Amino acid sequence: MFGFLKKDQAPEGAVATPKPSWTERLKAGLSRTRATLNTPLGELFSRARIDDELLEELESTLLMADCGVEATQWLLDELRAKVKKERIESPAELRGALIDLLTQLLTPLEKPLVIDGQKPFIMMIAGVNGAGKTTSIGKLAKQFQDEGHGVLLAAGDTFRAAAREQLAEWGRRNDVTVIAQDGGDPAAVVFDAISAARARGIDIMMADTAGRLPTQLNLMEEIAKVRRVIQKAEPSGPHEVLLVLDANIGQNAIAQVKAFDKAIGVTGLVVTKLDGTAKGGVLAAIARQCPKPVRFIGVGEGIDDLQPFKAREFVEALFSA
Amino acid sequence: MLDNLTLKLAKVVKNLRGQARLSEENIQEMLREVRMALLEADVALPVVKEFIARVKERAVGQEVIGSLTPGQALVGVVHRELTELMGGAKAELNLACQPPAIILMSGLQGAGKTTTTAKLGKWLKERQKKKVLVVSCDVYRPAAIEQLKTVAAQAGIDFFPSEVGQKPAEIAAAALDYAKRHFHDVLFVDTAGRLAIDEAMMAEIRELHAQLKPIETLFVVDAMLGQDAVNTAKAFNEALPLTGVILTKLDGDARGGAALSVRHVTGKPLKFAGVGEKLTGIEEFHPERMASRILGMGDILGLVEDAQRGVDQDKAQEFVKKMKSGKGFDLNDFKDQIGQMRQMGGMGALLEKMPAQFAQMAQQAGGQVEDKSIRRIEGIINSMTPQERTKPELLKASRKRRIATGAGVQVQEVNRLLNQFEQTQKMMKQFSKGGMAKMMRAAKGLMGGGMPGMPR
Repeated sequence: MFGFLKKDQAPEGAVATPKPSWTERLKAGLSRTRATLNTPLGELFSRARIDDELLEELESTLLMADCGVEATQWLLDELRAKVKKERIESPAELRGALIDLLTQLLTPLEKPLVIDGQKPFIMMIAGVNGAGKTTSIGKLAKQFQDEGHGVLLAAGDTFRAAAREQLAEWGRRNDVTVIAQDGGDPAAVVFDAISAARARGIDIMMADTAGRLPTQLNLMEEIAKVRRVIQKAEPSGPHEVLLVLDANIGQNAIAQVKAFDKAIGVTGLVVTKLDGTAKGGVLAAIARQCPKPVRFIGVGEGIDDLQPFKAREFVEALFSA
Repeated sequence: MLDNLTLKLAKVVKNLRGQARLSEENIQEMLREVRMALLEADVALPVVKEFIARVKERAVGQEVIGSLTPGQALVGVVHRELTELMGGAKAELNLACQPPAIILMSGLQGAGKTTTTAKLGKWLKERQKKKVLVVSCDVYRPAAIEQLKTVAAQAGIDFFPSEVGQKPAEIAAAALDYAKRHFHDVLFVDTAGRLAIDEAMMAEIRELHAQLKPIETLFVVDAMLGQDAVNTAKAFNEALPLTGVILTKLDGDARGGAALSVRHVTGKPLKFAGVGEKLTGIEEFHPERMASRILGMGDILGLVEDAQRGVDQDKAQEFVKKMKSGKGFDLNDFKDQIGQMRQMGGMGALLEKMPAQFAQMAQQAGGQVEDKSIRRIEGIINSMTPQERTKPELLKASRKRRIATGAGVQVQEVNRLLNQFEQTQKMMKQFSKGGMAKMMRAAKGLMGGGMPGMPR
């Protein structure tokens, strides 16, 4: 529709990603967000000049992409300043400026997970109910294994019915050992798993936990205890504390990051279900209000659809036609 | 909670005081605040726009009644409109058909369909004495069937086994047949989570619907959902003739604007709300409470419920018995009560549930240090011997000095605690004499003095 605007973006994916198909998938997955950002924006940016009406429409669009009031306000203020400073006149240039701004905002979040010298490298995964914790663990386990790491999973969700079976099923499909106990305390399961990982010379240990809402104080206490127990079993651990966020969630995502960070010291985020949602904007809100590195984003149901986050690629996928 | 709408509006109307009527001019700025509040609560933008237009229409020309400021009056209008929008006629499950009444559950991944199925099944079984059968058509997610089986067993409802290799349509047909032959009143068909844009999956559930002709097709939606709630709801509503909506995870701290979006787009009634992990955690939907919540007006009723949840019922019973038997209220009980208060999340959590004006007032009165002082009180009591706790009258100067050193506080603080305790004790005595009214009066006086004791 406005192909003349996107000359600069074709070679991007090839350089940055190992598999060329990933960029495709990212684009496909984000098509909905793009549709939200582009339909009105397409018309907007093809206007003759930048006026208040255009900026107001832009505000609506950003809000509808879940950027939140604060981040939207910030983006617009910055954009206005930029327009003035750089004498931007055409809406096409404005589009470029917005891409730059968003990229600039999101780049600090782009810190891929580095698995270094620690053995076992202990990862703890937390999140609210239904965020996609267990599924993400399954996908990550597969990836780590393909990279040649030995992986062990701890079924720390001792609460939800069949959570253990779900993880065990993932384990069976990919031939990964799963440590589980019948009922019992999640901290105990994790402790066991760490001992098992040591005994077997495993590289990466991932601990699943039950979903919990930040308002359930007793459960937040429980997860804090899991972290303490990991620390006890392995003083340098946990080496990574991942919070899994559902991209469909609105501004509550910020409350979640803050609450989990307070309880267990979140070191990274996994943003799931970015496909088929109008969202992604929530990342901007997170970048503004409680920045945490985004380790992985999920844009599909396939096992390879969980990939490292790349700010530029992400933003361009949002805006490309 | 400082972003609270009422407070913001109060700020806006500061220079408007004295105006006895909401007019076009004074309303404009306030409506912007309302808009922000709704957006922050994740109400979808198109819905917000329409809503604001509607409120404006209603609000202009409203007399500002009695002592209300224009801001309060506007919030009143907004609240009323919200309630109305979400309420309408009271929505109940429709089971009026030849049994089994089929209920089809649909929704996104992770919305809480399976848990809600079990909760609702249990609710029907216990409240309406229905014979309930559940079946899972989720052949995709690992262990989804297993999950339904387990929760169904916990809920005490019948489960129809299915397998991953089967087709959802086959499973449903077999379950229906079984339900008919075993005289079940209600059959719940749980489905896999799906995205509204996933054509193949939406076709599958459409076929399932055509085959089963369920009397209720419920859309399960996460209260935390963001702006996309509109699109999702629209897509599901177009694909399926929904009959109702269930809002889940309402016990979180999301403001739940999705409720409004979904209701607005689908026009279908919100029938139930899921709260908490337990299978009893489902309740009929209260539009008014939801409206307060979306506006960030504090959830007094929720606070009351929290209080009930936080209090250990057994302990409370024991306490009442003890009081009745005439044995005195001692420092152990005092400590228990403090503990219970902390279980409810401490003063901070309590304050958050209160309407903004109160919360701010309490904070100004030193609400924030309260948590700390409660911990101190606990520390002081912990420094006493068991004997001292049961017989506080033993406490003389030298013991007090020892306790103060033990707890790391000044002797004055120990004295202050003992004073507070004595007042509570006095109150308890009145209580045991049966003077409930008297006690309430006493409590009023004490609460004014920042009394942490929470008699029940």
